Amino acid sequence: MDGFFSTTPGLILIMAAQSLLVVGFVMISLLFLVYGDRKIWAAVQMRRGPNVVGAFGLLQTVADALKYVVKEVVVPAGADRPVFILAPITSFVLALIAWAVIPFNDTWVLADINVAILYVFAVSSLEVYGVIMGGWASNSKYPFLGSLRSAAQMISYEVSIGLIIIGVIISTGSMNFGDIVRAQDGDFGLFNWYWLPHLPMVFLFFISALAETNRPPFDLPEAESELVAGYQVEYSSTPFLLFMAGEYIAIFLMCALITLLFFGGWLSPIPFIPDSPLWMVAKMAFFFFLFAMVKAIVPRYRYDQLMRLGWKVFLPFSLVWVVLVAFAAKFEMFGGAYARWMVGG
Amino acid sequence: MTTEIMTKPAEGVDDPVADLRARFGDAIQAEQQTVDTFPVLWIDPAQWVAVHEHLRRAVPQPFTLMAELYGIDETTRRHRAGQPASGVTLVSHLISPERNADIRLKCACDAEAPRAPTLTEVYPGADWYEREAFDMFGVRFDGRASHRRILMPPDWKGHPLRKTHHARATEVAPYRMTPESFAATEVANAIDPAELGLPTERDGVELMVLNFGPHHPSTHGVFRIVLGLDGEEIVWAYPDIGYHHRGAEKMAERQTWHGFIPYTDRIDYLGGVISEMPYLLAVEKLCGIEVPARAQCIRVMLSEFFRITSHLLFYGTLAQDTGAMSPVFYMFVDREKAYKVIQTITGARMHPAFFRIGGVAMDLPTGWDDLVREFLDWMPARLDDYERQAMNSELFRIRTQGVAAYDVETCLKWSVTGPHIRAAGLPWDMRKLRPYSGYENYEFDVPTRTEGDCYARTWVRAQEMRESLKIIRQCLDWMPEGPVKADHPLAFPPPRAQTLHDIETLIHHFTGTAYGTRVPVGEATGQIESARGFTQYSIVSDGEGGSYRTRIRTPSFANLQAIPEVAPGMTVADFVIYLASIDHVMSDVDK
Repeated sequence: MDGFFSTTPGLILIMAAQSLLVVGFVMISLLFLVYGDRKIWAAVQMRRGPNVVGAFGLLQTVADALKYVVKEVVVPAGADRPVFILAPITSFVLALIAWAVIPFNDTWVLADINVAILYVFAVSSLEVYGVIMGGWASNSKYPFLGSLRSAAQMISYEVSIGLIIIGVIISTGSMNFGDIVRAQDGDFGLFNWYWLPHLPMVFLFFISALAETNRPPFDLPEAESELVAGYQVEYSSTPFLLFMAGEYIAIFLMCALITLLFFGGWLSPIPFIPDSPLWMVAKMAFFFFLFAMVKAIVPRYRYDQLMRLGWKVFLPFSLVWVVLVAFAAKFEMFGGAYARWMVGG
Repeated sequence: MTTEIMTKPAEGVDDPVADLRARFGDAIQAEQQTVDTFPVLWIDPAQWVAVHEHLRRAVPQPFTLMAELYGIDETTRRHRAGQPASGVTLVSHLISPERNADIRLKCACDAEAPRAPTLTEVYPGADWYEREAFDMFGVRFDGRASHRRILMPPDWKGHPLRKTHHARATEVAPYRMTPESFAATEVANAIDPAELGLPTERDGVELMVLNFGPHHPSTHGVFRIVLGLDGEEIVWAYPDIGYHHRGAEKMAERQTWHGFIPYTDRIDYLGGVISEMPYLLAVEKLCGIEVPARAQCIRVMLSEFFRITSHLLFYGTLAQDTGAMSPVFYMFVDREKAYKVIQTITGARMHPAFFRIGGVAMDLPTGWDDLVREFLDWMPARLDDYERQAMNSELFRIRTQGVAAYDVETCLKWSVTGPHIRAAGLPWDMRKLRPYSGYENYEFDVPTRTEGDCYARTWVRAQEMRESLKIIRQCLDWMPEGPVKADHPLAFPPPRAQTLHDIETLIHHFTGTAYGTRVPVGEATGQIESARGFTQYSIVSDGEGGSYRTRIRTPSFANLQAIPEVAPGMTVADFVIYLASIDHVMSDVDK
């Protein structure tokens, strides 16, 4: 047996099985994320939320997904057919492949590459194409407006997210998520994590993540009350499902990123309790809860206000922070809190 | 300008009628006597514009607001002694907020081809009303660039409010839709910006024409606005209404006086009993009925309940249009509480049809006071909560403050009333200025602000809910004893107990139900402050069991008129909030 798994087909088989495991994890979480989202809103709004399909309505998302899949795909007459179909697939696939470099535990990672952060950003930058293509190919006015908004918005916030992360990279001296998490390990549990030295950036990152994933208060590309559903207006059945799934997967990815970058990934918050991938999942679930709460509470920004926030507040602030962190790291100030490359990778 | 100055006519203001007589002499063809307190003058068509011009600009404390302009088809009317000969009469109703006075002017037109000079130069707000008069009566206005229908479909044949036009679909051949007629209707409904004189490009950039509605979730009903967009910025806006038109004024002409009451509920379908009030005020004025104090108090209390439910809906949907998902659910919970009280008292929720000619349908049920008290104790804390959820939310502020701000001038120019004019700084509330149904006995304030933006309009309505609670509290504390229906031969329906006792009353009940009560000949007007603004019912009785002409002045209709002036320069996102802050009800617009 050992012999087979070291041959090329064997390795491919292992890779395939591992990928399937990650995809399976993401897809199953997705079902309950959508359910969780709706339940959380319902709780905020004094409603019951889904409670009919399955126990406590747990299977509601399954039923919804099934409904989407069995419905007819409607492509509008004036639409650019290939691009119209390609757009949701792009959106979905790109959201999914970013998970290849996300570790769930020490060494539990599909592709342990040393430029993991760059990879994630390359992939999530491409995600905007799904939205732009969808809006453009629909050949309809509301989707068009939605995709224009989306293009500008996602690019703006990508810039500030990039800068926010540079601080963490400087502190760690590595772009590998495993190294970043290991650099946060220490004797003081959760006080070793990056959220403490990088506290302002945690907020900035969280807000930028909302913008990056088109969640309220930055849901302008969809903006139900203005553009009806933005770039998704003309979509139905499976293509719509792919858009929606892609969106939730991207949100979940952002939860994973916050966990890894600032909250110690799989590390246990209390020193004498062992580290475990369950910590990782629990932390991600907590950040997803925050995502859901924000949507339930806040109104939406206007386009120019969003742009102003991105370029005039977040960008300068994160830029200054990068400089400060660089100084703190170079001269090992604050007891080396910002210079952990000796500890980590 | 404070409320005190507005409530009593200022000293030394001369009588506008005497002034007009002195200045225009023979142009005043007649002064018509009605049961209303304001003068009604017949004006020579040749001097129609000049008289308006004079009242608008030359008199001290001018008549700055054109409340409405409408037609009356006089061709089948039997009783019009003392009035000049007329086929179609054009009526304009002017109001001076400074004097707190009205004047009504009439202009006699030809029955076959009615013509009149346009007033849009003097009162821009006359624009939609003239289009409506053209649509409904075929009145052509000299000086108008175009005559477009406003409520009826563009390819409609005839003018519905003419007496020759059928009232029921069964009076004409059945309607058939063929592929050809469908295609023709589609073509007729298309709006070509170039044809309307709207620009198709700006600075060499072609504008995107966006049909906003009629089935857009944020237009709050079937309302279509054609937008010319440069990017996200609105360059021009062209509102297109009429999708919700149900011919309420035509229906009024074939219903009995009593039978029309349920229709009034549905004019402003969120206002419930509020719009029964002006109709009944007019009818009762004509009949000379004095409504008992208890009935008046019940009417006021229910009206204020409906004002609260209507404002709550506004509050929630506005928050939703800014993108906040949650407040609307909280507000629906409270509306439910209010409806619980309403349905216990009236037996219905949204459209109770509870008021009757001369009173209300029935007395309050046992235990009503506990229910009302429960609501009054529950609500204030919730309103504080909403202030925290919406008004004090930073994001909500930056989305609403400074958005769609307009001043009192603009309001008057386009005949915009209600919370709009109060948010701009004019404390113009009919409940204070011309108290009806005993509003003078209640202590309440008229909240005003000066910014005139979406935030101010929200604030005004939020405060009005608190004032309404105050009024309801006073109703609860001071509810008088006594009958709930006037003891008057024209009050309808007659008391149940009496119909079972004497044959006279039973016959009266029978004929009144079958043919309608015969309201005396004349004209009367009922004016109120609804949740949306100034509402006025002007009725003409020809001594029949039903009305000869019922004119409904709805606030939403005029409030939408300002859109083409206010919208340019806004983004689509702001426009959505502006629309929500108008708080129009499409059935109130289209009637």
